[in-house]
Amino acid sequence: MDLQTLLILAQDAFTNSAVYALLALALILVFGVTRVIFVAQGEFVSYGALTLASIQLGVMPGTVWLLLILACMAAAMETVSLLSSEAGRKLPGALGAILVPPFAIAALVKVCTPLHLPLGWQVLLTMLVVMPMGPLIYRVAFRPLADSTVLVLLIAAVAVHFVLVGLGLLFFGAEGVRTPAFSDAHLTIAHLDISGQSLWVYATSLVLIAMLAWFFNKTFYGKALRAVAFNRNGARLVGISPHLAGTFSFALASAIGCLSGVLIGPLTTIYYDSGFLIGLKGFVGAIVGGMASYPLAAAGAMIVGFSESFSSFWLSGYKDVLVFTLIIPVLLWRSLSSTHYEEEE
Amino acid sequence: MMRRTGLILFVTLLLAVSCSSPFYITMGSYIGLYSLVAIGLVLLTGVTGLTSFGQAAFMGLGAYTSAVLTTQLSWSPWQTLFIALALTIIIAFILGAITLRMGGHYLPLATIAWGISLYFLFGTIPILGGSNGIADIQALRLFGIELRNERLFYCIIWGVCLVALRISTNLLDSREGRAIRALKGGVSMVEAFGASGLRLKNIVFIYSAVLACLAGWLYAHMQRFVNPSPFGLNQGIEFLFMITIGGSFSFWGAITGATVITLLKTVLQGILPKLISQSGNFEIIVFGIMIVAVLQWMRGGIWALVERLLPPKTSRPVTDSSDLKMRTQPSRGAPLLKVEGITKAYGGLVAVRQMSFELSSGEIVGLIGPNGAGKSTMFNLISGEVPRTAGSIHFGSSTISGLHSRQIARLGLSRTFQHVRVIPGMTTIESVMIGAYLRTDDGIFSAGLRLNRVSDDRIRAEAARQLRRVGLEEHMFAPASSLSLGKQRMVEIARALCADPLLLLLDEPAAGLRYLEKKELAALLSDLRSAGLSVLIVEHDMEFLMNLVDRIVVMEFGEKLAEGLPQEIRSNPAVLEAYLGGV
Repeated sequence: MDLQTLLILAQDAFTNSAVYALLALALILVFGVTRVIFVAQGEFVSYGALTLASIQLGVMPGTVWLLLILACMAAAMETVSLLSSEAGRKLPGALGAILVPPFAIAALVKVCTPLHLPLGWQVLLTMLVVMPMGPLIYRVAFRPLADSTVLVLLIAAVAVHFVLVGLGLLFFGAEGVRTPAFSDAHLTIAHLDISGQSLWVYATSLVLIAMLAWFFNKTFYGKALRAVAFNRNGARLVGISPHLAGTFSFALASAIGCLSGVLIGPLTTIYYDSGFLIGLKGFVGAIVGGMASYPLAAAGAMIVGFSESFSSFWLSGYKDVLVFTLIIPVLLWRSLSSTHYEEEE
Repeated sequence: MMRRTGLILFVTLLLAVSCSSPFYITMGSYIGLYSLVAIGLVLLTGVTGLTSFGQAAFMGLGAYTSAVLTTQLSWSPWQTLFIALALTIIIAFILGAITLRMGGHYLPLATIAWGISLYFLFGTIPILGGSNGIADIQALRLFGIELRNERLFYCIIWGVCLVALRISTNLLDSREGRAIRALKGGVSMVEAFGASGLRLKNIVFIYSAVLACLAGWLYAHMQRFVNPSPFGLNQGIEFLFMITIGGSFSFWGAITGATVITLLKTVLQGILPKLISQSGNFEIIVFGIMIVAVLQWMRGGIWALVERLLPPKTSRPVTDSSDLKMRTQPSRGAPLLKVEGITKAYGGLVAVRQMSFELSSGEIVGLIGPNGAGKSTMFNLISGEVPRTAGSIHFGSSTISGLHSRQIARLGLSRTFQHVRVIPGMTTIESVMIGAYLRTDDGIFSAGLRLNRVSDDRIRAEAARQLRRVGLEEHMFAPASSLSLGKQRMVEIARALCADPLLLLLDEPAAGLRYLEKKELAALLSDLRSAGLSVLIVEHDMEFLMNLVDRIVVMEFGEKLAEGLPQEIRSNPAVLEAYLGGV
């Protein structure tokens, strides 16, 4: 392997790692706050890329319908739970909060899609469509199960994954898309040619990670979320609503997933089911971090990104095998280094 | 009777399908294969509280091993069966050994990864035929007859499935099986009676993998063609869906779920693409929604509804003799437990400091102290649940500090839990039988084949004897979870007695009991003392202890404050100060 190849592979590895790191962070947050191992997070990646592609073609993306259906389901469930707890007077406010934003977004997308707005506005529209799905899915699928075991929540997450993949096929068909790059600029350092899109990925990930670090360390809501992840009951006792924290963590998961999809859309062809594997690779990173440590998860994501990129050079057919087998030695190491026997949820 | 009728109806239905058209026979064969996998998954998920998304991968391992070896090396399928099973056991053992020590969600995550890896390997390795797969696999031969007939193969699949069902049911109704059923609430209870939670979990995971491998092997020789697609992660997920919809608490739920999902999939695959006028596996949308709905509103699945209509299972009657070997209690007054300078520190916090006390055979000693005095930590140090920082504990002639709770249980120390450990779905007598785990040594093979009847009946008789002793004879066959808290505490004590202990450790046995229940408990404990048993009680309730115990050890702030006869403690100024804040 010559230096040129090495640098190209490294550039590729960094791009992938950045995306996996973002996804891993979101997974850890969702798991910490809600105990949901959210395997369906990757679907937001494909939804992000495919929704953007639809908008660019001037076609109303099918995900808008999903958004509306989810909103109606959430509204129905909220109605039932408010009426059964005899809090009917809160109903109009609650329904308004659930229903108005999705329908407003749908109307906005309907109006804006044919206008062929500049890319930045299209990305914004995409985010508006995909991001509210996280909290709505949390409301519909996971909140009623909030007191269940991790196992039950995992089965529910897998079920949600099935639904979202199936709907992805329904909305976008089996063909993949590749969205145009954010910029055609190229940066040449020494002999290395760095694409503008890679730079976008690096910059966005770094900015996002910095923002998340600031949010969790400096702001009240960030600290409250960390408190819930650390001790759910304790947080509840001091007045932090676990439902609100859950809603927020899912919003972050869908936002990060969608943004990742938008970022890598120009770099690789995205199909309706591509997101799942991308999400799972973020997962491997999160597992390296023990599902708890953010910096370790980011490091894990780097390991995943690099082994994927370099194995695609040497053993291209076994790329995914290698990445997913990587989890075994990591688990072995974690198992040997953990002294206590974990049990009893 | 009704259950038996149901079984006869089911077998009749199976036979009726075998006489029907090839379409239904093929469908029935698939349902049988999936049921076989699902039965293993019920044991793993519903019973043990673990789960795996890799069952389809194990199925693929069985199918591919046989496919490669029979086509490339022309081995007989019977030989390849053993190779496939051996491979499965090794891989399941490794996956289990790595992940089961950690939290419950690591096994499913590892099996997702393993399922994906194996699927890609099937599609990539040239000798495995890539995505085209392997064709012309040998047919099975039995007594010189080639089994090419679908009808015959259908019967074989269901024969294997019913045998697996029987073996699994037998397994759960055995010494190891009862311990397995108790695992869901955490391992500490079974470990206190000498079973290794880790070993049992590993056994269950391997067993479920073996059933999946067997199904894969049958699949390969039924289809006589394999390709990667039926062994992907999606199929692994669908197995989990089968037991969720059918009911993960019963093996019949596995069969129900396999049937419902397989039939529904066929129907939906016919309807949905036409409805949407687009091709694709849209049935997964329906399945996903169904699963979330079932989890939210019908956790027990379809079988839980059926079970409600059926009469309760009849328990096996208790035979009158108990020939289990008993320990000889040491002579009264001989030193039994000696705690010497025990210290337990959690980082900078010292929970127990330099505690020393003794207990002689035939004595009841009370360990008391205000909240947070370190009583429970002291208790867990003796039972081996918490490792000590310094000091030593001797029990009889052995040093038990540093031993695991399982090894300590083996020496004759038996405990109850402050938070009663009642296992959902178990009768009172079954809950008590767990206590006798170490008194027989039937393994899983003799259990599966029902060779354990004699020794199991002995355990049952012993459990009944202990239940009679604590006054719960009439509740013997009732679900333990239906009893009141007071009675459940008695179940805990009966279970501890069932282990035939030399020393009984009771963790706050009177907490939450009503006045009369406390009196009954005190009477029981004095009876036990008369029978020569030694008891150490950690308790809050001074009044309860005063008239019962021989001696009292008082703890405060992790240290021993006083020790002596009840009347001495009652008038000890330091104790009064600690309890009442000075008089």
